[in-house]
Amino acid sequence: MAGRDAAIGVPRTGRRAGGDPRSRVGVRAGGSTLKRDLTGWAFALPFVLIFAIFLLGPVIASMLLSLTNFGLRDLRNPLGVSFTGLSNYTALLADGRFWTSLLNTVYFVVVGVPLTLVLGLGAALALDRGIDKFRTVFRVGYYLPVVTSIVAIAVVWRFVLNPDLGLVNMTLAQAGIQGPNWLGNPSLAMPSIIAMASWRNLGFAMIVFLAGLQGIPRTLYEAASIDGASRWQSFRNVTLPLLRPTMLFIVVITTIGYLQLFEEPFVMTGGGPLDRTLSISMYMYQQGFTFFHQGYAAAIAWVLFLIVAVVAFVQFRVLRSEA
Amino acid sequence: MSAFPTAQRVPPVPVAGPPPRTAGSPAGTGRGRRIALYALLVLGLILVVAPFAWMLLGSFKPQPEFLRLPPTWLPETWTLDNYRRLFENLDFPRFFTNSLIVATAVTAGNLVFAPMLGWALAKLEFRGKRFLLLLVLATLMLPASATLIPLYVLMSALNLVNTYPGLILPFLAGPLGVFLTRQLFLGLPDELLEAARIDGAGEFGIFWRIGMPLAAPVLATLWILTFLGSWNSFIYPLGMTQEPQMYTLPVALATFATGQYQSDHGMLMAGSVVLVVPVLIVFVLMQRWITEGVATTGLKG
Repeated sequence: MAGRDAAIGVPRTGRRAGGDPRSRVGVRAGGSTLKRDLTGWAFALPFVLIFAIFLLGPVIASMLLSLTNFGLRDLRNPLGVSFTGLSNYTALLADGRFWTSLLNTVYFVVVGVPLTLVLGLGAALALDRGIDKFRTVFRVGYYLPVVTSIVAIAVVWRFVLNPDLGLVNMTLAQAGIQGPNWLGNPSLAMPSIIAMASWRNLGFAMIVFLAGLQGIPRTLYEAASIDGASRWQSFRNVTLPLLRPTMLFIVVITTIGYLQLFEEPFVMTGGGPLDRTLSISMYMYQQGFTFFHQGYAAAIAWVLFLIVAVVAFVQFRVLRSEA
Repeated sequence: MSAFPTAQRVPPVPVAGPPPRTAGSPAGTGRGRRIALYALLVLGLILVVAPFAWMLLGSFKPQPEFLRLPPTWLPETWTLDNYRRLFENLDFPRFFTNSLIVATAVTAGNLVFAPMLGWALAKLEFRGKRFLLLLVLATLMLPASATLIPLYVLMSALNLVNTYPGLILPFLAGPLGVFLTRQLFLGLPDELLEAARIDGAGEFGIFWRIGMPLAAPVLATLWILTFLGSWNSFIYPLGMTQEPQMYTLPVALATFATGQYQSDHGMLMAGSVVLVVPVLIVFVLMQRWITEGVATTGLKG
């Protein structure tokens, strides 16, 4: 299973220098070292230019920006802005709305990621081993929301969750239940958004889990059953351990995605009621584009970036080392 | 990462087809259990499809029918009025065109620039290659919202806010295509390139005339994933367009849904249909490329 270590797209760089003799042929090809270097970088040039101007540059700039009081008037003359040290960050620490947005986002991730994964894994297990007909129908069906615009989904779900006229409460009413005001109730708004996000993303988890499951040799299950393992035991001791690289990939990707929660509250609740669905990205957007505090917004973006980096790193370590 | 060149073009695991199954394996479930499983899966499918059906049917309902209690699935009188208002009063043809232009340009850029770097990383030896590989990796981890604010400042300084280049340039070369194509190119035998070099072909010619045609299956995956990503992208175009004539479809829909048309059920449903249905058609036609591409990126390096 060593080859599967390459999950999450980490290229194994050592490989080139080491064993593969075929690569040597390429080494001779281009002539002098300088010419080879120029050729290589010429191929890389478009990507590197775009990367440098529109990604690396902005990331560094946002670091500097977060140390300024950049605002609307500075857009005309960005270089005339004055540095204010860490004042944005100290203000952030004392900003109640920032903490609210952080807690809301954590809530969304901590409940939403496991829910999405469990649903996705359940669907994948059912499709992989439980049934043998109509797999494509289910696979394509469950994946439909993943390729769909979140904005459109959020618009539709806002109507689906409408307290009087929505699909959900209409269905509940037929069972004689008076449905609540899902998005208008402060303690139900975030759970509703979590349900919608899991509904949308379970298809992605399913597809990746399915690929992972189908890479597990059937003979292992046969061996386990010969040894008298129950269905649960073979899931626990064969499936789960061999699914670890897949799991790592989905957990990291889903968490990074969910930490950036934006579209759903933007369209469905506007961050309300009572800021209960205000996410970090939404707060950043408000500060940057509604209040025009770009310096402050950049500080929020940096905090989000750090959280993403730390979380991804920790997950990587934990899931790798867990036996 | 296989030693067999041909293995690169075949997905690592048969996502689409059922793998061979042995009778009486522990996977073989009892009849009752299997029926229950189908029932559960069908229920799940209904839950997934229901909001889409609600959207589609709703887009043909006249406004008064939305306010009727209890609400109904089917429109009593079918109408195209919602679409008419969308296209006549709200300039949706313009938003549709904007989305199409941006997504097409972004996709075209990725289809050329990403394979170029993928080729260099797979088939050329040069100093700084490892550094480049790490660079590409790092871009995968970066949350899009982290660069939104500084990009806005940059685009303002360059006078590119509310322009097509402003919407397109930052996304012309993404890491996904680099990974997908590098993977495939690693599997091509160097002898092939060597022969071309002896025949006097230039490095770019070898890439373009030998590498690219062989990458066709991966390029199809890249095409569809990049197009979908750009078509659906929201936070960046939202920040970068302030004038309605530059809105992309998601920005327009979100703006109307949170603004003056927020209770116009029919028109917003119709707007969602315009945004979603072209994508769903493309997806159903090309689903194999998408799901295999996603699974491949997930499991292979």
